Amino acid sequence: MQNLSALIIGLLFGVGLLLSGMTDPAKVTGFLDFAGLWNPSLAFVMTGAIGVGLIGFTVAKKKSVSCLGEPFHLPKTTVIDPRLVIGSAVFGIGWGLAGICPGPALVGLGAGIMEALWFVLSMVVGMGVYQLVVLRKGLS
Amino acid sequence: MTIDWAQFTPWTSFLGGMLIGLAASLLVLFNGRIAGISGIVGNLFASPKKQEAWRWFFVAGLLLSAVLYKFSVGYPPAQYPSSGWVLIVAGLLVGFGARLGSGCTSGHGICGLSRLSRRSLAATLVFMTTAATTVYITRHLIGG
Repeated sequence: MQNLSALIIGLLFGVGLLLSGMTDPAKVTGFLDFAGLWNPSLAFVMTGAIGVGLIGFTVAKKKSVSCLGEPFHLPKTTVIDPRLVIGSAVFGIGWGLAGICPGPALVGLGAGIMEALWFVLSMVVGMGVYQLVVLRKGLS
Repeated sequence: MTIDWAQFTPWTSFLGGMLIGLAASLLVLFNGRIAGISGIVGNLFASPKKQEAWRWFFVAGLLLSAVLYKFSVGYPPAQYPSSGWVLIVAGLLVGFGARLGSGCTSGHGICGLSRLSRRSLAATLVFMTTAATTVYITRHLIGG
């Protein structure tokens, strides 16, 4: 049951990304380009998403198990540590370079776009490097 | 600052954003999970106990949305960087950085901010800043 709901919710998430314009890398870099021709559209994506998300997460916080009886897997850490800051900084550089983040990359892959395939493959390699270097050496 | 009115799509962006927020809400309400794409993908290859099937189903749903769009209303315009190296370097940085920083635009930017996490607010401010700085450097300092 949770697999079926994950499939449908993934589909809905993807449709949201497509409708919002997040799947167009040029639009994303257009939003990040404050010094050039600035496209404010992505601020509307964030506002819409967080507006609805606030309701969902507020309801979730009041429940002890999910609607399918699953326990909630929510992050418990509250410390702003170097890992969080350095990781997010590196992520941002990559995001700014191409205008692609993980969700839209997968949607692009689904559409059979070659550039998205290259991006997803190297993204998975980057995740693998993290897995090998950081986790195996116990730096976490 | 000049606004790019020709590419400005406030309504579809807002509506699309609401759908993303709805999907994130449904995933936490039904599956008890955070809709963080980098975490969902990264854990597909992580320790065996984290390799749950639902992650593959969620990714399948994302891929399917593109197929659905393509064969109904048509895939929307998407202009990718032309350089293969840019795609590869960006992909490596995005994959590594998102895992090290425990999240990306969806996990921190949408879910984290929706649940009022201080960590996610810090992460979002950091990646927005480095991303905007990167665009400034690549477009305005070393030429586009």
